Amino acid sequence: MSAPQVGSMPDISYNFAYLDEQTKRMIRRAILKAIAIPGYQVPFAAREMPMPYGWGTGGVQVTAAVLGPDDVLKVIDQGADDTTNAVAIRGFFEKTAKVATTTSTTEASIIQTRHRIPETRLRDDQILVYQVPIPEPLRFLEPRETETRQLHALSEYGLMHVKLYEDIARHGHIATTYAYPVEVAGRYVMDPSPIPKFDNPKMDDCPALQLFGAGREKRIYAIPPHTTVRSLDFEDHPFRVQRFARPCALCGATGVYLDEVLLDDRGGRMFVCSDTDYCTTRQEEGHRGEMSPPARDAQEDAA
Amino acid sequence: MYVAAKGGEKAIRNAHELLARRRRGDRTLPAVTLEQIASQLTLAVDRVMAEGSLYDTALAALAIKQARGDLIEAIFLIRAFRTTLPRFGSARPLDTGAMLVRRRVSATFKDLPGGQLLGPTFDYTHRLLDTSLAEADAGGAEEGAPPPVAEPAPPMPRVTDLIGAEGLIEPSPRDDGAEPFDITRAPVSYPVDRATRLQTLARGDEGYLLALGYSTQRGYARSHPFVGEIRFGEVEVVLDIPELGFEVSIGEVEVTECQMVNQFKGSAQVPPQFTRGYGLVFGQCERKAMSMALVERALRWQELGEEPGAPAQDEEFVLSHCDNVQATGFVEHLKLPHYVDFQAELDLVRRMRAEIAAERKEAAE
Repeated sequence: MSAPQVGSMPDISYNFAYLDEQTKRMIRRAILKAIAIPGYQVPFAAREMPMPYGWGTGGVQVTAAVLGPDDVLKVIDQGADDTTNAVAIRGFFEKTAKVATTTSTTEASIIQTRHRIPETRLRDDQILVYQVPIPEPLRFLEPRETETRQLHALSEYGLMHVKLYEDIARHGHIATTYAYPVEVAGRYVMDPSPIPKFDNPKMDDCPALQLFGAGREKRIYAIPPHTTVRSLDFEDHPFRVQRFARPCALCGATGVYLDEVLLDDRGGRMFVCSDTDYCTTRQEEGHRGEMSPPARDAQEDAA
Repeated sequence: MYVAAKGGEKAIRNAHELLARRRRGDRTLPAVTLEQIASQLTLAVDRVMAEGSLYDTALAALAIKQARGDLIEAIFLIRAFRTTLPRFGSARPLDTGAMLVRRRVSATFKDLPGGQLLGPTFDYTHRLLDTSLAEADAGGAEEGAPPPVAEPAPPMPRVTDLIGAEGLIEPSPRDDGAEPFDITRAPVSYPVDRATRLQTLARGDEGYLLALGYSTQRGYARSHPFVGEIRFGEVEVVLDIPELGFEVSIGEVEVTECQMVNQFKGSAQVPPQFTRGYGLVFGQCERKAMSMALVERALRWQELGEEPGAPAQDEEFVLSHCDNVQATGFVEHLKLPHYVDFQAELDLVRRMRAEIAAERKEAAE
């Protein structure tokens, strides 16, 4: 047998935003179809990306397909710009597309997110791109794609209502706290990705275009601007979002989603904004929480 | 005092730096070369090419080196590169009957045209650790021994063609000339056709297919398999160039092909005959080719009117979970932060516990 030949390495270079133009065109077509049929999962030929499946490959492909050289990109994971995955994805587009990036929600033209919707209301010149692990809202009720596609086609969502009803019968509550199913434009039931149900109302009548990308499952779906998005519920058990007993310990914000931070091993904990940009902006504006460091003037006064 | 955690960027940079150091290992030792990987860890290279779906030994060797020997990570590197390559056409079906055969065994016939050719195999070795290999330059093969002379290979018709001449086995489906479905360029929808099934299995995880294939032997979708033939060797890749109006050979690839021969009782339309399960893998990997053939056959239960119910027969289950790059990504993504969702669950559990405690208190009073 001939010895394996190790030839010269190919010259490797990548297109703007990594994907080749043919692939971007294919993704854009899927996005257009998704916008035309709000909430419908459009199959698309997702590519392997240089980050693992489950890390946001769907969102990254959607972002790559809609990103232009003049865009300003913000990437958040769990509401924060500085979590490892957000940093990695932002770095990816800085490297492959050389676009400007920001942590400010108001400055961004495209925001890619995992698990949160920013607290600041979005505008009509912004696009919110969601990373989606399991796009099928019926998946955990019916594992087969052949079945679920049929259920969607027939608007047969009884299974989902039964599931929510059983929750109430068993626990007195709907036990779904995130990835809470919504009905889009009065037609398709959609998985909003694993955002806390706290964020669901922000999707309704949102001025920004909302795009959802699931890479491993090869699906894209969308909510066009100003579309009605209704969280599933019952007349006698209306949809309710989580409420926090205390305001943010750093900026004093109420009515926002908070992260619980464990401070010690004796039950010490604090609650702070999950949306780091929102929290920082408020602190800069002078808002204070119960655990804010003493203000500078106060320190000086004391001294 | 808690300050919103910053510094993710720097931490990632440091982690990558540490990874690079660990990859290099002890700097007093020479770094392993791609030539060494490609010529001495050939079966690792073969697996990376097969499941990476890219036939390039140099890149596979590079990926193995970069991945510190983690083959699924290496497969992932190859896939991420492969996906950026343009597709300029599809080759004509490989003619494995015209293979330059390095190894060929049949379990169904003691002797057959072309004979049994054992070739490079672990099959008949005693699995005793060979301490002589611990010496840096000891190779097992005699130093300076002349390489085996490539004799003009006798014609080796495929066993299935020999049985087929008698009509005892189902014919392999004809090439209808249509452009085959490409799972790397279009989303798969179920049920799938044969090309899609075979492509998906060919890049599927070896361990996963091994376990599923094994399960068919233990009674979960039993199909009475015989290895009609396994052959490994080089096959010419031929491409039609429409602009030129003729076909050209663009090179050779090493592949392992397994034709599993399975019992079939016949039906109202078809008299009893043998059926096939098919496996084809880049490089030398008989375990994968055989497993693929077993699973491929099990997946055909509907077409052959067999009883369903075993895991290996469930098309959507088998095919949608066999990709190890997808699987490892989704399993390992659980390492990513999930504190937003966990917070929502914490809140619910606390609330429900408080309600139950209140109910109990009320009942006690």
